[in-house]
Amino acid sequence: MADTRRPLSPHLQVYKWQVQMVTSILHRATGIALAVGTLLVLWGVLSLAGGEASFSQFKTCVGSPIGLVLLFGWSWALFYHLCNGIRHLIQDAGAGYAIPQFVRSSWLSVIGSIVLTVIVWAYVLTTGGAA
Amino acid sequence: MSAHEKGLRNPLKRALGLGSAQSGVGHWWTQRLTAAALVALGLWFVITVLCLMHADYATARATVAKPWNAILLIAFLVTAFWHAVLGLQVVIEDYVHTRWKEVVSMALIKFLAVLGALASVLAVLRVALT
Repeated sequence: MADTRRPLSPHLQVYKWQVQMVTSILHRATGIALAVGTLLVLWGVLSLAGGEASFSQFKTCVGSPIGLVLLFGWSWALFYHLCNGIRHLIQDAGAGYAIPQFVRSSWLSVIGSIVLTVIVWAYVLTTGGAA
Repeated sequence: MSAHEKGLRNPLKRALGLGSAQSGVGHWWTQRLTAAALVALGLWFVITVLCLMHADYATARATVAKPWNAILLIAFLVTAFWHAVLGLQVVIEDYVHTRWKEVVSMALIKFLAVLGALASVLAVLRVALT
């Protein structure tokens, strides 16, 4: 364990909240959520290979209220991580580092992810609901 | 000797570009490559799942069994597990400060990711080849 008696630099709680922080924190949080969500995809594929009974069991679980809440959360996490991931790839190429651009692209990631999530779930609802 | 060769490092060391950890930019670059692949594969996966939403078992199985879908699904799952483990590794490095917990959790996520990737390959192949 690190010696915590040494002076520590101030962490998250001392900063005024701004969108660039939010996008950074959310990228990590959604990444962790998606790592867990990948196990759901694995479960789906395994149940498909396992036969009709296991697949319908999977569909029942995913279509249950808890399943749908998780699915909704994961869909937003996926779209947020996707939008902000593309933003990070562009920044890795060296572009978009001026502060106004940085703030604008942060908002673009957040709003883009919400728009994509709404589009997908609107499609789900208009085609007769999930599962 | 030109000006930029004045450092104390061996020229071979500099040419290899592996740094003190001996792995260079491998982790960083692999994370970006898998990210770029997942942009395309992730969108394909979401669209495929939406198309299969109301499909019965036989249709879902037949769709996954199509060669291109099977290949892309395997690519998506393996890349997703790979990208996930690279990201989780950074999170663990940043927040787990007790050495043995860091090593154990690092090994654990790698074992889980490899198992997950192998299981998904086996499952998709079983659907595609039977």
